[in-house]
This record gives sequence, C-alpha cells and structure tokens, in this order.
Amino acid sequence: MSSTQQNFAGCGDREGKMGIVKVRDLIYEYIRRDEEGNVEGITTAVDDVSLDIRQGEFVAVLGHNGSGKSTLAKHLNAILYPTEGTVWVDGKDTKDDAAVWDIRQTAGMVFQNPDNQIIGQVVEEDVGFGPENMGVPTKEIWERVEESLKAVGMYQYRKYSPNKLSGGQKQRVSIAGVIAMHPKCIVLDEPTAMLDPQGRREVIRAVRALNDVERITVILITHYMEEVIYADRVYVMDKGRIALQGTPREVFSEVEKLKELRLDVPQVTLLAHELRREGFPMPKGVLTDQEFLEALEHCVSAVM
Amino acid sequence: MLRDITLGQYYQAESVIHRLDPRVKLGTTVLFIISLFAFDGFWGYGVAALFLGIVIKLSKVPFKFMVKGMKSIVFLLSVTVIFNLFLTPGEPLVQIWKLSITREGVRLAVLLSIRLGFLIIGSSVMTLTTTPNQLTDGLERMLRPLNKMRVPVHEIAMMMSIALRFIPILMEETDKIMKAQLARCADFESGNLVRRAKSLVPLLVPLFISAFRRANDLAMAMEARCYRGGDHRTRMKPLHYEKRDYIAYLIVIGYLVAGVAAGKLIPVLLGGVVL
Ligand SMILES: Nc1ncnc2c1ncn2[C@@H]1O[C@H](COP(=O)(O)OP(=O)(O)OP(=O)(O)O)[C@@H](O)[C@H]1O
Ligand SMILES: [Mg+2]
Repeated sequence: MSSTQQNFAGCGDREGKMGIVKVRDLIYEYIRRDEEGNVEGITTAVDDVSLDIRQGEFVAVLGHNGSGKSTLAKHLNAILYPTEGTVWVDGKDTKDDAAVWDIRQTAGMVFQNPDNQIIGQVVEEDVGFGPENMGVPTKEIWERVEESLKAVGMYQYRKYSPNKLSGGQKQRVSIAGVIAMHPKCIVLDEPTAMLDPQGRREVIRAVRALNDVERITVILITHYMEEVIYADRVYVMDKGRIALQGTPREVFSEVEKLKELRLDVPQVTLLAHELRREGFPMPKGVLTDQEFLEALEHCVSAVM
Repeated sequence: MLRDITLGQYYQAESVIHRLDPRVKLGTTVLFIISLFAFDGFWGYGVAALFLGIVIKLSKVPFKFMVKGMKSIVFLLSVTVIFNLFLTPGEPLVQIWKLSITREGVRLAVLLSIRLGFLIIGSSVMTLTTTPNQLTDGLERMLRPLNKMRVPVHEIAMMMSIALRFIPILMEETDKIMKAQLARCADFESGNLVRRAKSLVPLLVPLFISAFRRANDLAMAMEARCYRGGDHRTRMKPLHYEKRDYIAYLIVIGYLVAGVAAGKLIPVLLGGVVL
C-alpha cells in the first residue's frame, strides 16, 4: 500500500476522536508452504475483526486455544501486518514502516513465557533495555528503571539475576521493562499462563495498579475467567472472529453461549446461573463471591 | 547435576580491582600474557610473580578459591611439562631407560610451567573480578574500531551476553529432559562410545527444538522492545575511565619496563651469571 493511500484511509478517522487502538476489518492468514515454496495450506487466524479501544480502558480478550488471540495481539505491536484491513495505534497505521518504532513504544507487549523475554542478566539492566534501544539519555534511563520497578513492586530485587526469581516476579520484571518505555498501552498475551496462583495474583495486581494509577490502557489476553472480571470490557474470540463483547457482566450473563465456545465461567457465576435455571430469582451475570452472597440473601428472603 | 558448573565464575568482593574499568582489566591481561612470552631469564618472571601477587592481594579473592577452579588444568599442565622434560634434546642429566632428562629440558619445563601457570592465574583474576556483562561491554568498546572493517562488534557482544543469560536456562532444561528420558528407561551411561553417542540423540533433539523456540520468542520480545541493532542506542551503564584507571595503565607500563629491565640488567650486574 502506498503512503498516500494510507494517509487517505486514515484521514477521516483522525479527524474524529480516535481511540488508542482501532482495528478495522482485520484479516490475517498464516500461509504454510512446502519445501519448494508452494502454498500447502492457509490458516485464517484472524477473520474480519474490528474493535476500538479508548485511552485508559482495561480490555480483556478471551478465547480457547487457537482462536487467534495471540495473532491479534501481535498486530497491535506491528510484529505482524494485516493481510487485509487496517490497524491504527495512537492514530498511526501499523503498515507505515516509518512509524514502526513509535508504535512499538506506544503499545508495549508482554509475552507468556517470562524466561524468553528477559534479556538482561540483572533485573535493572533488563528493565533498562527498552529505554536504551530508544536512545534515552543515561540519567533518565536510571530514573525510568527505578520508577518502573517501584510500580510493579520489584525495586528491592533490582540487583538480582532473573534466574533467581519466581515466575510471578519474572513476569513483573517483564512488565516493568515495558513500562520503562512509557507506553500508552500495554498488551499482555497470557502473562499468567505459566504461573502458579500466587504468581498470577501478583501479576494481575500489578497490571490493575498500572491501569488505575498510571492510567495506562491495558489489553489483557487470558484463559482465566477470574482475571476478566476487573476489565471494563471483554471481547470473546472464536475461530478468529469476535463472538461476544460487552462488559464482564454482560458477557458472563451468556453462560450457555460461553459454554458453546468452550470457555469456563467463574464458579459463582455458574452457580448463580444454575440456581436461576432452577427457578430461583437470581440476577444475571453474578461475578464475585460478595455479589453472590448478597444475591443469595435476597433470594432467601424472597422465597421465605 | 549439570547446574554445578559455574561459568564466568565471578567472585563478589569490594576491591580496587573489582572497580577498575573492564577495558583496563582486559588490556592488562593481554599485556601480561604478552609479557610472559617476551621476558627472558628468570628475573623477568620474578617481576611478573611480584606483580601478579600484588594484584591478587588487592583483588581480595582468596587464593584458595582461585586455585580450586584450576584443578583440571593442572593435569593438562603436567602433561605438557613432562613431555618437555623428556623430549628436549641436549646435554643429558639423568638417564631412565631410553628416556633422558636434559639440562635444556629442565629449563624449558620450568619456563613453560611458569608461563602457563601465570597465564592461567592472570586470566582467572580477570574473570573472577569482572562480571560477564562488564566483560562483554568492555570487549564491545575495545573492539569498536573493527566496526570500520565491517566486523559486527555490537552483534557479537549481544550474542555473547544472550548466550551467558541462556546457558543456565538451557542447562536446567537439559537436566529436565535427561530426567524425563531416564524415567523412560533411557541409558546415557553404559555401552561403547558409539552407543553412548547414539543415546544422546533423544536428549539433543528436544533440546535443540526448545532452544530454537526460545530464540524465536526472544527475537520477537527484543523487537517488541524497539531493539534495532547497535546504532541509536544509549547505554544504561556507559564505560567511563576514572582516575584510578589511568593510574592502573601507568602501573602496567611500569611493570613492563621493570620486567624487561630486570631480565636484561640484573644478570649483567650479577656478573653474567645466566641461569
Ligand atoms: N506461526 C504460525 N504459522 C502457522 N499457523 C499459525 C502460526 N501461529 C498460529 N497459527 C495458527 O493460527 C491460529 C491462531 O493462533 P493463535 O496463536 O493466534 O491462537 P491463540 O488464541 O493465541 O491460542 P492460544 O490460546 O493457544 O495461545 C491457530 O489455528 C494456529 O494454529
Ligand atoms: Mg496465544
């Protein structure tokens, strides 16, 4: 695509109020080739996805294995480019080669395996890696490293070797490494998938703090339903398409639909759903234990 | 089992030697090694021993710790010395069966063990007092002129530091795969060489696959964090020469002069007694 065309396409959107991430009609195909380079097969990993994410939002993306979540995430960081459609990050088209580094700085990315994304041999050096690449002056790198490590509660470990940290701690170091680049948006691709429950809680707490305190836009891709209930909005993906979207409450009201998409629902939500089906006056989309208890009290007093 | 191997064996201590710029230490080590081969006569080695002794004392690394890591090398050293002792032609001193120890052989053997011994101790002082990271940084800066000859200095340094970061991870993984294969009755210990080599295949294949996957992930993570090679990069810990580094350079020059002078002058002063 030539640059004039791009500008033309982006023009109308830029005039209106544009969110931090805007995806339009995105299609991405993985093309498998045999040794001679002939096309063997095509997997459409993302199929006609459009979404808008506003600055400061906490958005969760759900979906079972192979539903195209990671592929979508990689588009937001200009690691993959759309086969068809367009992705804008902070108003910049990801296909624009000149904007790649700006985009990667605006939308930071945290991956699943903490071991494979920590580059430094000392925690503080790893956090400094991004700012070093951006050409930030030495003094400011140190300031950024300090503030990022404090934001994820890892400051006292700054001199440690990453190999000596737990999974949750490593993942928080990875997050610090991204926020040291001062992004407007962080994309986390199943950051808790390889962690134990304790590590998972640590990481989610750190991510929520970033969203609440620093107002960084968070796009959290996950398998764990408990992590989704804090989100402002949830997208559920299936076979590369967006199958469901809405607030966590709206999405979790659709228990049957979620089961169809092979996703679990939080246990309290499921229990409330079953009770409702049995004729108890339970509200739809109960998310937390607390809500469930309140609803149950209502229920009991109504039945009595 | 594999995790016991320590690499780059850094010894944490607060000393002048630890604080020196890695470039000084690298340069000094190279000069020291050259000096070992340039000096002749034992007086020069006396100066070298004195220099090495003082550096070790200053580094606060216990001498015992230093020697502990060299046991395997001592074997290699003794083989070389023995060969030199017996196989150098010259004026025979002692005759054992068909082998004879010659005067020249003794001289060469002693010289060689001093040279190699000092060389090993000298370079281990460097690795013990410098973190692998500082070493790669120092190398990158020192070799930067080679950039003009299209040697990818930054890339090589980056590769070294990534290798250092991943060696422990891959070792742990090897350990894990080994245990998994042992649980499936794999046998890594018995049989002849060919069989043992074959038994390594089920170990190496998964290891390589995993290493490639890690490399792929790491490359993506680096790109996501705006890595684009050595240009435009600033450093979090840039190398700066301090006053102590200049002093260190002066001392090294002093050492070289003293060593050469001692080798040439002292024998003359002693009236031509050449050992
Ligand atoms: N490098 C690749 N080459 C070919 N096909 C791929 C590649 N990566 C992913 N795919 C395919 O694209 C589809 C979507 O994959 P993707 O990794 O985006 O799913 P996901 O939702 O992230 O799954 P998971 O929950 O397992 O991480 C899958 O069918 C997968 O097989
Ligand atoms: Mg994925």
